[in-house]
Amino acid sequence: MIRATEVNLTINTALVEKLLVGFVANEVRKVGMERVVVGISGGIDSALSTYIAAAALGRENVVGILMPYKTSNPESKEDALRVVGDLGIEHRVIDITPMIDAYFGAFPEADQMRRGNKMARERMTILYDQSAVARALVLGTSNKTELLLGYGTLYGDMASALNPIGDIYKTQVRQLAKAMGVPAPIVAKTPSADLWLGQSDEAELGFTYDEVDRLLYLYVDQRYSSEDLVEAGFDALFVARVAERVRANQFKRRPPLIAKVSERTIDRDFRYARDWGR
Amino acid sequence: MARHMSPALPLPAAAHLLSAEYPGEGSTMKLRVGLAQITPALGRLDRNLELCLEALAKARQEQVDLLLFPELSLTGYYLKDLVPTVAQRRDSPLLRRLADESRDLSFVVGLVEESPEHLYYNACCYFEEGALRHVHRKVYLPTYGIFDEHRYLARGDRVRTFDTKFGRLAMLLCEDLWHPSAAYLAWVGGARMILAPSSSPGRGVGDPERLGISSTWEAINRFYAKMFSLFVCFANRVGYEDGINFWGGSEVVGPDGGTVVKAEYLQDDFAVAAIDTAEVRRLRFFNTLLRDEDLALTLRELQRLAGERYA
Repeated sequence: MIRATEVNLTINTALVEKLLVGFVANEVRKVGMERVVVGISGGIDSALSTYIAAAALGRENVVGILMPYKTSNPESKEDALRVVGDLGIEHRVIDITPMIDAYFGAFPEADQMRRGNKMARERMTILYDQSAVARALVLGTSNKTELLLGYGTLYGDMASALNPIGDIYKTQVRQLAKAMGVPAPIVAKTPSADLWLGQSDEAELGFTYDEVDRLLYLYVDQRYSSEDLVEAGFDALFVARVAERVRANQFKRRPPLIAKVSERTIDRDFRYARDWGR
Repeated sequence: MARHMSPALPLPAAAHLLSAEYPGEGSTMKLRVGLAQITPALGRLDRNLELCLEALAKARQEQVDLLLFPELSLTGYYLKDLVPTVAQRRDSPLLRRLADESRDLSFVVGLVEESPEHLYYNACCYFEEGALRHVHRKVYLPTYGIFDEHRYLARGDRVRTFDTKFGRLAMLLCEDLWHPSAAYLAWVGGARMILAPSSSPGRGVGDPERLGISSTWEAINRFYAKMFSLFVCFANRVGYEDGINFWGGSEVVGPDGGTVVKAEYLQDDFAVAAIDTAEVRRLRFFNTLLRDEDLALTLRELQRLAGERYA
């Protein structure tokens, strides 16, 4: 029987680096592109994605976009510039305050959730526009923990052309970031979506990444049941909450539903890989 | 010997088997086996034929006698609804072109075969001396996890050994090799080499040494090679399809279970193993499992089990 305290999420960082760098190089180049744009927030996920892209495509083929809002933590921008400076990549700073404030001028009652989602989607539209300027693909920065928990904005930070880190958990992101030379302060700092002042992922989620990653690994990767996990020593309420979050957020991980009427419906019985002909 | 040929092959009678160039049963020889570890393009026969021709040219330079390509090397792996589009009949111009290429060099390619009944098989084709000599249709189509083969493909229904200028061989495609019964049939069928074209997706990153799936495959290849005292020639592809990597690490394992040659992981490569099939003979002085294997007992017990299962 598995013990909650004995779960080992250690990854072979040299191997994962090779797989992810190869992934970016292969999937970008075979669609006839050379470059990516990536939104750099100052956090560990976007930093790691940027390091992977620079290793895959060369620093001249990675464009970092910093998109602060007026309430963004100034340290976030400093850390984002640390990534840009350390890698020597091209970058642009685009302040999203005018666009966000213009919109919410009409909806002053909007809560933090609406504002946060709008900011994430504003940044998405900027990344896609900048990708056209740079003749580049948009690189994703969502990790497996966030994707499973649905802790992200649909068509916002979850939108991208390709995502190198979507199959590694947050605690594994830390291992790989450290191994690939992401600056130590970025690896060490408290994770935050920085959508409002003082926001903390772990405070908002109600558990630590360390705890939830061990649970998700057993539940998702190893297919243990909720009962098994409680027996392994996880708190029953914690297990139930996480399992429910994973289920309830499935919609964020799928394309929109299409009503079937014809003989051959996209993604149902019209099935091709995205790399069709590549 | 003709009973080892597939009856469906559009070939002249097995006259070549009588020619002086073919060894009698049991003759041993030295040969150079090449492993073309390539990155096929998904659904692009034209580009993959180019890759194939480049590798054949390289094989000629390197004096390779027998060249092995990965599973579905002419088509790519995650074909889904592209299966009928890329499928080839045994008499297709592409297969005739490939047969022509085999006048001076024997080789195995992977493709989708369309049968006369318009069924589609994940198949590998053995070309030698200007002709298609044997086709193996994948029997065990993985349909779980990342795999969906049986949704699109028909299942092969035989595991046969066949005679070549290098002696008797068997071909098993990827998942086939995970079924000990298939490898067993190759062994008792007299194969001295198992040729194993594969498209194995990489997964499992907790091991400090290598991919989890590589460890499993490498154990399988060594186990059969050593227990059956034969050569296992494993040609695995590389590249990515929709984010899924193929890990390479193609290898030839000798009848003592030792590595004869090992290709790189996760990158294109071309590896050549100089082997001597006399090693099979020598190791079978020590390992008498084939001599001692009780086929009649195995058959009786299998019939009993099948009777119980389907009673």
